[in-house]
Amino acid sequence: MWRWLHPLAKPETSYRLADKLLPWFSILAVLVLSIGLVWGLVFAPADYQQGDSFRIMYIHVPAAIFSMSVYFAMAAAAFIVLVWQWKISGWFIQAAAPVGAVLTAIALITGAIWGKPTWGTWWVWDARLTSELILLFLYAGVLALYYAFEDSKKGMKAAAILALVGVVNLPIIHFSVEWWNTLHQGASITKFEAPSIAPSMLWPLLLALLGFALLSVALVLLRLKNEILRQELGKPWVSKELHGEPSNG
Amino acid sequence: MKLSSLSLIMWVIRRDLRVANRQRSEWLNPLIFLLMVITLFPLGVGPGEQILSRIAPGIIWVAALLSGLLGLDRLLREDYEDGSLEQLVLQPVSLSMTGLGKIVAHWLLSGLPLVILAPLFGLLLSVPVSAWWVLTLSLLLGTPMISALGAIGAALTLQARRSGTLVSLILLPLLIPLLIFATSAIEAAAMGLPANGQLAIIAAMSVLALTLSPLAMAAAIRMSIR
Repeated sequence: MWRWLHPLAKPETSYRLADKLLPWFSILAVLVLSIGLVWGLVFAPADYQQGDSFRIMYIHVPAAIFSMSVYFAMAAAAFIVLVWQWKISGWFIQAAAPVGAVLTAIALITGAIWGKPTWGTWWVWDARLTSELILLFLYAGVLALYYAFEDSKKGMKAAAILALVGVVNLPIIHFSVEWWNTLHQGASITKFEAPSIAPSMLWPLLLALLGFALLSVALVLLRLKNEILRQELGKPWVSKELHGEPSNG
Repeated sequence: MKLSSLSLIMWVIRRDLRVANRQRSEWLNPLIFLLMVITLFPLGVGPGEQILSRIAPGIIWVAALLSGLLGLDRLLREDYEDGSLEQLVLQPVSLSMTGLGKIVAHWLLSGLPLVILAPLFGLLLSVPVSAWWVLTLSLLLGTPMISALGAIGAALTLQARRSGTLVSLILLPLLIPLLIFATSAIEAAAMGLPANGQLAIIAAMSVLALTLSPLAMAAAIRMSIR
């Protein structure tokens, strides 16, 4: 296995790999996402209770799920960069954090839009909503720390430590917010009182989930490529990549 | 000279206290800030006893968090600038132990005064006398967590630009559980209910933070000094 992983320590090799993978993920993401979303938003049957307003689920649920997955991926990368000092894994933090933050924002905004017709309010201090909002703050902290240093290597390490501290705290925050909510207000809203979802609604949701996953990977790869180029600027292989020939100075 | 961990911790604490004693305004300012914030609320929402005692736990704890974050810069910045932090890193003992000493010293200067002043806060915000004991206990058990997590933040932002707002930005989300349990403990006590459960959870979180944060702090200091 190490023989496979070793060449990836070289930024150039990682860049080439990302470059090769990116079109596949992009094409698949566009394909799966457009099938899933058109199916879900247009053809899936309307909910007997919520009417058409439930259709926002096809954006809201995948965004909410992957907003958390991206944070865990980021924390795993943080662990790798702190233990094995693999710097590309540190650049991955910078590449993944904005994607995760945007997914969190999408989940919050679509949640508010969904909440208005179904719960009658844009925002309630529900445990899940609050946890998601705090997740957005955690992303903001990691990003702010990454960019706060003159020396980008230090920013990367600092962001990695913070991401790990955050991942230790995430369960505590989630649990305490849930506890706080049940204490402060009775469960006035029972959300996903899962009337186990019908297959005609489930298939487009699964496709949308897969599509969001592919899209997240594609966006992270794109940003990772960019970050590798930015960090390696001035190296011969970069100018060869960008201008087609090695620069002389 | 070779130091054992415990004597090193004691030495760091004594040293930090001596330095603080020579610049008293440095650690008094956050306390005065805290008192001012607590004065502002009755002026802002009106002096009615009922509304004040309803929101008092939240005010006291939000103010405690903010003033705790204000004083964090003092924790490592000066040692870093005059080079003594480098000397501490070079000691042939674990850097986490030095970090633990600095956390304890910071708590003695920023957390302990809050515990002592707790009845005064209760008095000013008309917290029922029956809840003063729990208010004091919540501050006693909870403020070490502010110092412990704050030390991570201070160490991470040692070399950062604009570190003031940055520390608050990265730490406040992590301190939310503390705020939730501390205020709910005081509210429960004000209603005459037992608050042992909440206090136990606060104590558990503080112990966890005190155990793990010296490690993260040491890693962050090593990253900064290199």
